[in-house]
Amino acid sequence: MRNIKRKTGMAAAVLGISALVLTACGAAPEEGEGPNASSDYLGCIVSDSGGFDDQSFNESSFRGLTQAGKDLGFTPKSAESKANSDFATNLNGMMVADCNLTLTIGFLLGDATKAAAEANPEKHFAIVDFNYDKPIANVKPIVYDTAQAAYLAGYAAAAQSKTGKVATFGGIKIPTVTIFMDGFADGVDKFNADKNKNVKLLGWDKDKQDGTFTGDFEKQDKGKQVTNNFLDQGADVIMPVAGPVGKGAGAAVKAANAAGKSAALVWVDSDGFLTAPDYKDVMLTSVIKTMDKAVEDVVTADKNGQFDNTAYVGTLENTGVALAPFHDFDSEVSAETKAELEALKAGIIDGSIKVESKASPKS
Amino acid sequence: MSQSELSPGSPPPIHANTIDEKPHGTWERITRGPGLVSVLAVFVALVLGGLLIAATDPKVATTAGYLFSRPSDFFQALWAAGTDSYVSLFQGSIYNSRQGFEPFLETLTVSTPLICAGLGVALAFRAGLFNIGAQGQIIIGAVMASYAGFAWHLPIGLHLLLVILMGVVGGAVWGGLVGLLKARTGAHEVILTIMFNYVALYFLDFLLNTEAFQRPGESNPISPVMDPSAVFPALPGSRLHLGFVMAIALTLLVSWILKRSTIGFEFRAVGANPAAARTAGVNVARSTILVMALAGALAGAAGVAQVAGTEKVLTAGIAASLGFDAITVALLGRSTPWGTFLAGLLFGAFRAGAVTMQISTGTPIDIVLVVQSLIVLFIAAPPLVRAMFGLNRKAKSRPPTKPKHAAPAPAAPASQGGGA
Repeated sequence: MRNIKRKTGMAAAVLGISALVLTACGAAPEEGEGPNASSDYLGCIVSDSGGFDDQSFNESSFRGLTQAGKDLGFTPKSAESKANSDFATNLNGMMVADCNLTLTIGFLLGDATKAAAEANPEKHFAIVDFNYDKPIANVKPIVYDTAQAAYLAGYAAAAQSKTGKVATFGGIKIPTVTIFMDGFADGVDKFNADKNKNVKLLGWDKDKQDGTFTGDFEKQDKGKQVTNNFLDQGADVIMPVAGPVGKGAGAAVKAANAAGKSAALVWVDSDGFLTAPDYKDVMLTSVIKTMDKAVEDVVTADKNGQFDNTAYVGTLENTGVALAPFHDFDSEVSAETKAELEALKAGIIDGSIKVESKASPKS
Repeated sequence: MSQSELSPGSPPPIHANTIDEKPHGTWERITRGPGLVSVLAVFVALVLGGLLIAATDPKVATTAGYLFSRPSDFFQALWAAGTDSYVSLFQGSIYNSRQGFEPFLETLTVSTPLICAGLGVALAFRAGLFNIGAQGQIIIGAVMASYAGFAWHLPIGLHLLLVILMGVVGGAVWGGLVGLLKARTGAHEVILTIMFNYVALYFLDFLLNTEAFQRPGESNPISPVMDPSAVFPALPGSRLHLGFVMAIALTLLVSWILKRSTIGFEFRAVGANPAAARTAGVNVARSTILVMALAGALAGAAGVAQVAGTEKVLTAGIAASLGFDAITVALLGRSTPWGTFLAGLLFGAFRAGAVTMQISTGTPIDIVLVVQSLIVLFIAAPPLVRAMFGLNRKAKSRPPTKPKHAAPAPAAPASQGGGA
């Protein structure tokens, strides 16, 4: 018995080794072949506890910094925070690593970034999705007036709804989430006022600033459950503002459509048709925040010695926020709606239409 | 050694025996004792972690592709991947040429809440209670302490004392409730503490959505910054704060409770055998409530170390994974106060060093969590570690030879004299 075991073991080992040998037969590269000499500029990034694979602002900011690194010839240093207590340590690590510009993500890093910036006045910082009451000389806030694009999404959703009910829900009730919901609510109201219709919005009450939240940005099954509730109540366009939890909503909508309904999804942050391809056939449109582009621009400007601390505010005008193309739904959205959306967009840009949210960037 | 053993002038046959017996005796005590197993577990986990780092390193993978045309590249890359990560782990946790011993201060800072919460878990372990509830106790402690810190404005000194008191009381109530429920209803403490963790977590989420716990004019779920009079004074130029002294004091206190006090004796008696303890006249119910309240108070102190030490604000992530790391720390420390203290320092060093490791070598921070988990795995299975180092075999093969040597009666006293 023992002998047999040993033999099988031997055979497995021989197989394994020969596999290793076979794969190890490649030719060695020329000596001295290394990455081309990079610049002495260094851009760094510290995530919040979502990590760089959060399918939301950490991920897209990281993408922007990586792209900037490719263009400018540096390999960005990155630090994921596992807990809030890591923020200060990670920022300190970036200071030791001699980063020229350190990017921090989210309001939770606001205090830590401020402290690091004050302790290192010669270093530059940029913080995504957070703005200070009093500007700090070496911190550039990158914020988004997301309500503008969400407004268009709300209008489009109301126009597309056959049941006369649309819905939205959030992950956690924080301003960067509720700003989507405020804009969406206003867009629905605008449609009702213009068309004399009565499309109802479930999941968010703008006046009370309260609605449906799943409680985190992780549990997809909760997103599925909430979405099923909305579908049962008759909603047929749903906008989840909850990062990866949106996938749960996607699964629920797909299942409902397979059972004969015709519901659709409005994705947020990035163009879901491209970033969440599993649900592309139910993706009406997306409310995009082009964080990667903004980050890339800020880093490039800093490299060229043009850093300033005025907040970058992403708007429809500077394409910092946008409504994604309809893709597969393009034929289903009427030309009339498309023209109206264009007109609304122009109106928001020239200021004749005001989209206001309690969570809008102050500056 | 041989000189000192010769000098007492013991008779030759016994003397020969002591040389043979003495090292084996000591060796056996160390290997049988839990201390070496803990050290070896850490060592094995580090080696495995190093291999894992090397295996996932892109440079190792590329050089493995042409292993036979230039093997030196592969082994260099393999060695570099493993060692670079640990070198930067060391540089981030103990010493580096640029910052001196500043990283070590950071290690002490990070380990402060781990030690406090670890002590709480260890104390409950000693009384035979598996306290999973440190997480919730930390949260409640942090909530109470931070509220006292930002909402009340009191004179310096008094304010901090009150913050500490609030945090400790908060944790003690949260832990004591579990003890009370267990003592009165017989509900299992594991289930109770897990559920109490959830209650605390969602209670914290709820509080952070109320205006009382938010900054004026903002709706982010983050509390106002605590008053300067409510936070631990920090060592200038570092994050190390007076909370670390509190952690040392608590270690001393727990050590005293377990070794010298009557309640400590009762805790240990209940932990060893509740039925026997009851027969011997120990009030088991009272002991259970008291030990859970004390464990909660210690975890509450960890919450205080978080809000009044490093964070200075209350957020939803205030307890991070401290409550669960504390269980690991208590296990590694074998539930002894000073063992827990040292284990807390080790984990603090891992956490502090992981940041530097992540930044300078790009090794994912999760590898540190893997190493931590491996340590627990090996500690939970001491025979596995002993088997790895061949310690079991020696112990097994020895008994037959033992009676032969152990026969002469005067051997034991002589060997003691030799060792002195």
